[in-house]
Amino acid sequence: MRIGVGLPTTTPGADGALVLDWARRADAGPFSSLAVLDRVVYDSFEPFAALAAAAGVTERVRLATMIAIGPIRPPVLLAKQAASLNSLSRGRFTLGLGLGARRDDYERSGVALRGRGRKLSEQLALIRGELNGLEVLVGGGSGPAFARMARYADGYAHGGGPPRAFASAAGRAVAAWNDLGRPGQPALWGQGYFALGDVERGNDYLRDYYAFTGPFAEQIVAANLTSGRAIKDFVRGYEEAGCDELVLFPTASSLSQLERLEEALA
Amino acid sequence: MKVVVVGGGPAGLYLAILLRKADPGIDVTVLERNAPDATFGFGVVFSEETLGSLRDADPETHLAITDTFARWNRVDIRYRDGLLRSRGHSFSAIARKRLLELLHERCYALGAELRFGVEVDAVPEADLVVAADGANSFVRRQGDFGTVVEPEGSKYVWFGSDLVFDAFTFVFRETEHGLFNVHAYPYDEHMSTFIVECAEPVWRRAGLDSMDEDESRAFCERLFANDLRGRELFTNRSLWLDFPKVTNRVWHDGRVVLVGDAAHTAHFSIGSGTKLAMEDSIALAQGLVRRGWDVDAALVDYELERGPVVERTQAAASESAAYFRRVGSYTHLEPAQFAFNLLTRSGRITHASLSIRDPDFTRAVDSWLGGAEISPPPMFAPLELGGVRFPDRVSFALSGFVAVSPEGRITPETPTIDDWTPPGDGLVVLQLGHAGRRGACRPRFEGIDLPLRDGWPLVSASAVAYGPFSAVPAVLDGAGMTALRESFVRAARRAHELGVAVLELDLAHGYLLGSFLSPLTNPDDDPLRFPLEVVSAVRGVWPRCLAARLSVTDWHPRGNSVDDGIAISRALRDAGIDLIHVEAGQTVHDDKPEYRRGFLTALSDRLRNEARVATMVGGYLTTSDEANTIVGAGRADLCIVHLPRAPLDPEPLEPSNSLLLAGETA
Repeated sequence: MRIGVGLPTTTPGADGALVLDWARRADAGPFSSLAVLDRVVYDSFEPFAALAAAAGVTERVRLATMIAIGPIRPPVLLAKQAASLNSLSRGRFTLGLGLGARRDDYERSGVALRGRGRKLSEQLALIRGELNGLEVLVGGGSGPAFARMARYADGYAHGGGPPRAFASAAGRAVAAWNDLGRPGQPALWGQGYFALGDVERGNDYLRDYYAFTGPFAEQIVAANLTSGRAIKDFVRGYEEAGCDELVLFPTASSLSQLERLEEALA
Repeated sequence: MKVVVVGGGPAGLYLAILLRKADPGIDVTVLERNAPDATFGFGVVFSEETLGSLRDADPETHLAITDTFARWNRVDIRYRDGLLRSRGHSFSAIARKRLLELLHERCYALGAELRFGVEVDAVPEADLVVAADGANSFVRRQGDFGTVVEPEGSKYVWFGSDLVFDAFTFVFRETEHGLFNVHAYPYDEHMSTFIVECAEPVWRRAGLDSMDEDESRAFCERLFANDLRGRELFTNRSLWLDFPKVTNRVWHDGRVVLVGDAAHTAHFSIGSGTKLAMEDSIALAQGLVRRGWDVDAALVDYELERGPVVERTQAAASESAAYFRRVGSYTHLEPAQFAFNLLTRSGRITHASLSIRDPDFTRAVDSWLGGAEISPPPMFAPLELGGVRFPDRVSFALSGFVAVSPEGRITPETPTIDDWTPPGDGLVVLQLGHAGRRGACRPRFEGIDLPLRDGWPLVSASAVAYGPFSAVPAVLDGAGMTALRESFVRAARRAHELGVAVLELDLAHGYLLGSFLSPLTNPDDDPLRFPLEVVSAVRGVWPRCLAARLSVTDWHPRGNSVDDGIAISRALRDAGIDLIHVEAGQTVHDDKPEYRRGFLTALSDRLRNEARVATMVGGYLTTSDEANTIVGAGRADLCIVHLPRAPLDPEPLEPSNSLLLAGETA
């Protein structure tokens, strides 16, 4: 299993300088990928812009959207962005797409929530048909999401949770892959949150970021990985569950978070 | 700290005990609407694993309860004229009334306040309010928990009986109205719980919908007179009910937390309700202690700990409820298979686990299927079907899609019947089809349903494109139908020359013949006409086993339902199909599939037992245990197993100092 790290593009107080320093350091460290989240109505960086900047200061790591909200973006423009980013990064881009979980991201973008599944399928068919060699992941937990993944993508991007939840979703992803008659296996990507030091700041951010889920936000906070031991257990659990790439997202905007993560993984 | 528990059932009382025990400084009040000696229902049942957690949580209660327990380790199945027995299952049960008395005593001893006859009409003020007020919880309805309540299973009614059963006893009794069944178990030295259940239409036909309590008691007493050996049935608000399945998106809202049936129910047929409820209380009390009485943190812990356990139990309970709803369709099964099917209904017991609990039982199932006293497990039982002898249930070779003609290919790589050759030895299933509107696509490793830039013209039952950017097909006209039928006949002849054992016609997944079967893709009033014409024509020239690959449901609100799929299967069987290869969905691009391990097994089960046709099923089965359980229980005749890479394939080791070691020993 490879381990990637999230860019601090949604954490409070992150600025452009931190994003670039973080990207450089991750590129020099043990990480195989740098990934970004996507949120419209939240103080955060636009994911494609952030990854384009990261592409300029990195040589090696893969750059991934984990995931970008597909339907709020015009399909042809999205395909062009993806192709550009893949070319700027010399083939290091992985496009993760999903429906997203927030109604207000759609409202603010002026895109109807209704029909978003069909829109995502059309985008995927377009991107798959036009762009050769671009790695595509699809996220989501519904039956249609798994079918979409198996039909058009190279792998599955899980939305986070304990290893057991990942294993269950991975089983469904593989079942869909077989059902659609795809040869081989889907790539399986997982994710988790960490705060090493600054735990309260990290937890507050998660509470705020996931406030729209109601009381469920506290469960996400409870799952925040706040010690080296917790990270090691989590990594082992995901490895046993068959994960190919596990991306750990920061919850606090400080380069020391990345340094401590490197130590925890060493 | 002040805790108010609403509801004085096992979950609420047990929580009060555990909280007072953990810290006598905690002020705990239990509010119960009924009087202390009022109780409804008869006995409650536990499995052994619960007892361990009760012992650890409060040895005094555990001792008091287990002292009065009825215990047994057998399941008796009274089916047709015989009695089948399975051993090695650990159960215990107690009178609900006795259980509550013991919990009351322990509450008093520990200083929890119990208030009876209190009807709660507002959420009480407290640091923590525990909604332990049952499936129809009042407290839950005052908050936002994302509650869903839906009925599952059949009609059922609780009685007591003075016949003391000596095992968990299932009774299945055929009547002129349909099948009735009983779940009965002893709960003390004098009495048993006796639950009668039947499908809703059976209940109506028998006139139970218009009987009063005593009339329905008398009806059941007469019906099960033999099983009751002349003893009586007793009522206690014994009304026929629908079981409410309760789920909640979250189990706490502010300072209010749900436990027991208020949080989740599990169908009575797996006997887990009280177990889950008392385990909830243990987890909640432990969470509060571990978190130093920080309520917010403890409630998150509680939900995280209990959520997955409850989800698994509810899934098993729903499988079991669904089994009892359709058990009338299993009465054609021979006793050994019927019993094995019953024991494995919820997915929690498999062939492998039952072999450990009760090796004699699985040996009998194996022997019944294998035809010899000592037989290998079910998947090795040979099968005779359509003049073909399958040496076992799993080792046959599927050809993959082979097109009847070049324009029937899915991708340019798809073989046609003219360039396909059977793979080496073994029993070959040739899967023959025409891609229809899913044709002319790019190679499958790139993706599915991605149209070629310059593909060939497509045909289908209607002129609607399959997916985004797919070409619009032409409607297959009369001449086209004749030509297609002839191409299937020609391909069947060719397959015969090639020595193929099993010929499978592809009527699934929205390919050309499948597109005729669904109202989503064929407006015709008689959608089966043309596919049946093709089946009959092929049947005319194909002497051996003939299979059809079928999407049993379209997974779409306006498409074919499972009932439609069963009707289609009957028609196919009558047209000479020997075997249905069970698939689902893909008739249209935007269906709503349900993927999980073994997701096609339940469909195969219904098809095999309701349409009475042999089935082959895949759906991502990865273990031989799944195949043994499916075949043994009569859920399918053949299984497609995806075996993962064998862990015993040696991987190369990193270079070592083995030379040095060799030198030393030399």
